[in-house]
Amino acid sequence: MTTRLFGQKITRREDPRLLTGHGRYVDDVSGSAIAAAFVRSPHAHADILDIDVTGALDVAGVIAVWTHEDLPGHAAERLPMLIPNPSIVAPHTGYALAKDHVNFVGEPIVMVVAENRYIAEDAANLIDVEYNFCDPVVGVEQAREGSRIVHEGMEDNVAAHIVQNVGDVDSGLDSAPHVLELDLEFERSACMPMEGKGVVATWDPGEGSLEVYSSTQTSTGLRAVLAAKLEIPLTKVEVITPDVGGAFGVKINHPWPEELAVACAARALEATVKWTEDRREHFISSAHERAQTQWVKVGFDDEGRIHGLDVKFWHDNGAYLPYGVIVPLNTSTHIMGPYVIPSFRVEYWSLYTNTVMVTPYRGAGRAHAVFMMERTMDAIAAELGLDRAEVRLRNFVREFPHPMGLRMQDGAEGCIDSGDFVTSLDKLKALVGWDEFESYREQARSEGRQVGIGLACYIESTGAGPYEGGHIEVESSGRVNVWTGLTTHGQAHATVFAQIVADELGVPIDSVQVNTGDTRKLPYSVGTWGSRGAVMAGNALHLTAKKVREKALRIAGESLEADPDDLEIVEGLVQVKGDVSASMPLAAVSVLSNPLRYAFDESARAATAFARESPADEPSIKPGEQPGLEEQEFFSPLRSTVANGMHAAIVETDPETADIKILRYCVIHDCGPMVNPLVVEGQVHGGVAQGVGGALYEKMAYDTDGQLLNASFMDFLMPFASEIPHIETDHLETPSPLNPLGIKGAGEAGTIPTASAIASAIEDAEGIPIRSMPLDPSTLWHMRAAHAEGDVARSH
Amino acid sequence: MTEAIGTEPTSTIRLTVNDTLHALEVPDRKLLSDVLRQDLGLTGTHVGCEHGVCGSCTVQLDGEPVRSCLMFAVTAQGHEVKTVEGVGNDPENPSDVQQAFIDCHGLQCGFCTPGFVTTIDAYIDENPKPTEEEAREAVSGNLCRCTGYQNIVAAVQRAAELRAEGARQ
Ligand code: FES
Ligand code: FES
Repeated sequence: MTTRLFGQKITRREDPRLLTGHGRYVDDVSGSAIAAAFVRSPHAHADILDIDVTGALDVAGVIAVWTHEDLPGHAAERLPMLIPNPSIVAPHTGYALAKDHVNFVGEPIVMVVAENRYIAEDAANLIDVEYNFCDPVVGVEQAREGSRIVHEGMEDNVAAHIVQNVGDVDSGLDSAPHVLELDLEFERSACMPMEGKGVVATWDPGEGSLEVYSSTQTSTGLRAVLAAKLEIPLTKVEVITPDVGGAFGVKINHPWPEELAVACAARALEATVKWTEDRREHFISSAHERAQTQWVKVGFDDEGRIHGLDVKFWHDNGAYLPYGVIVPLNTSTHIMGPYVIPSFRVEYWSLYTNTVMVTPYRGAGRAHAVFMMERTMDAIAAELGLDRAEVRLRNFVREFPHPMGLRMQDGAEGCIDSGDFVTSLDKLKALVGWDEFESYREQARSEGRQVGIGLACYIESTGAGPYEGGHIEVESSGRVNVWTGLTTHGQAHATVFAQIVADELGVPIDSVQVNTGDTRKLPYSVGTWGSRGAVMAGNALHLTAKKVREKALRIAGESLEADPDDLEIVEGLVQVKGDVSASMPLAAVSVLSNPLRYAFDESARAATAFARESPADEPSIKPGEQPGLEEQEFFSPLRSTVANGMHAAIVETDPETADIKILRYCVIHDCGPMVNPLVVEGQVHGGVAQGVGGALYEKMAYDTDGQLLNASFMDFLMPFASEIPHIETDHLETPSPLNPLGIKGAGEAGTIPTASAIASAIEDAEGIPIRSMPLDPSTLWHMRAAHAEGDVARSH
Repeated sequence: MTEAIGTEPTSTIRLTVNDTLHALEVPDRKLLSDVLRQDLGLTGTHVGCEHGVCGSCTVQLDGEPVRSCLMFAVTAQGHEVKTVEGVGNDPENPSDVQQAFIDCHGLQCGFCTPGFVTTIDAYIDENPKPTEEEAREAVSGNLCRCTGYQNIVAAVQRAAELRAEGARQ
């Protein structure tokens, strides 16, 4: 028996290529292509009165200048509403190039195509746009108040409104001896991948076909939407996603205006046209996430057990809603977390503002939900004078599956399928030294240091459907080619999927080659988002490999005159179990699977030894069969898996400067069985680092005119190595009953509870209620001063 | 190329990149990062911000790490440039720093990685035995959005070990 690769910490197969400069990101494709640049609105809210492009047309090297009027047919219509939901009362999306109005700073208005990027940008600077200004709506408060309206024809700024109930919250609250209310605020941040967006489109006039390279999270989705918008047959559009330099959610929206505009230009100019986003463009025109204003009312008993939880929140969705309400919907369905809440009501309003639109960012909507619940747990503990871990323990779900009674983003009823929260908490307390912290605090205090400890628990719906597929072919050389429709942006797909396939097929991992994000082989796929890659494509490939193995054993069985059930594949050799003398290489099976047996190579020649006379009067390929050792299979789950975890942080706050330092950060993580623990830990580390950014540094600073004041890496503070603590991790593996591999998603876990755990720790260090994140030293300093004057309400 | 640029002022420069001398006609305003990527096809050098903060575009200029997005190619005239491809361009036979990143899972999407590799390649000559704190300091001028840094910090120390072993052989 070979060792199972599933569960092994093997190093990544994509690394040597990426480390030696052989990565191929979208801007590396077609360096000599003509380039597009965009004129973007400098105003948050205005009517466009006139666009004068004459200056640009005079620039040598300029090839074309496009405004909305130049967009053909469906491409001139509004961009699609990708994920409709009954809660959306007013769907508004933008255009590829603005039509008559602009609704945020950064909205694309004109596209310039020139010999190169430098010239395109020069020319873009010479275009004059005349505006009639309108008052912008900035921030939740102004949107909610509704005296200024983002979209003409609407009476308020409500894009979507929903209420979901579990039990009767009013009687739950009435029955509770204690009731608390909390007002909370959560940051507006952004994914900020190191590689911005980009697209390279080529039109082949002879074929009438379009080939697009894009740094997208969904090549199949982009392909379909471009075919529809350009009104060309689907078979004439292919999308290829090469290496992607990080995505974290922002590259899931499609089409981005630029993807559509550039594709139109490629067709009109019969050329290869390229656009590579620069960092400022990314800040002001790619999606943000997170901003919410929240209100919680909780009723609980003397033991700290929750009877009822009533929640309202207001979500700033920016100017448009192409990706629907996934973010606030996720918030609403994740608030109850790992706890039994007998009665619950959640109501949200998703609001338009004149700022960049909001689409999912790693931990989409869930980080905000955890903030509400975990701040509430700490508040209950403070009210009753109980240990914060103990209050959580008393409320934990202990029986699985645990139906949640809520409709999730996939439309199915949510259900916590597996987990062991009691053990997770035990492990976390042991890892961080929860019970010994008081003596550490004393010791620190004697040294004049102020420290605090905090924790946060979460669940995360992962592995959402509806489906994902796999395609596997075994070449006659024995090489195994694997395709998934998923794109990859650092999640090690080339490694983890090879592990899964090599296990099931019984071949060495070195013979397995994984291909991602290319619509030419596997046009049916959903995309890489929502911690679904391993769950969905992993299981699809597991099922596909199984099918290939069955076919291989059937074919080999005929040659070896053995019952397929008595055969196994070990290290690429099909053999009779317990009798290795009767065996044949999988490569030879591949040759035999195809009756067209030209002897191209060694294995083809070798396979002749195993070939048997085909029976007379029968076709070479029997009805229902296909030539080749090649199969495709899909996996479609009943509902999302639910992963979970718990984080603890120890912080030190400077008594004078209010500087906040994370001394320790501990994670217990349960995503079921780990395909590759090295990769899972890497995902957790990266997630925590983004969470730390959100907790302490990252905030989109809009002024009252809707100008983003910190649209550069100099002003928007993303953590460097000096800001991120060493992260200590431990795992619990409770398998999910929802898929053959028992796995649950892991991609976003690290980010979800980080701000909450750090808020808990700062609150513990400072003795001041922390109700809003991010929290920087100067804000904390002012809060201290206000708190000292007893003015807590105005302290944040 | 030059015709398409129209009347823009250009210069002819001689530039040594990864030990090869190139004579190039480039627009005076063209960034070194763009010349490396577009004119020389060395796409291993990445551009993440074009304002000198992220470090993705880091190359070595006469052995010192510099931001190639903050330099015009003409100002690199007469200097020796080393890109990630110059540190090691064979996936089958990665350099010590590159191998250290594999060993430590020091990359995810790989976009920031070349900037880290060129930075660390220069750093471990300067400090052949960095402590964890020094290793962290050494890479704290480069942004990575994926890894959470701790495996990169480990890779610095691992690279130093590998280089020391190499020196012994
Ligand atoms: S691209 Fe040069 S520092 Fe960011
Ligand atoms: S590995 Fe993706 S940015 Fe560093």
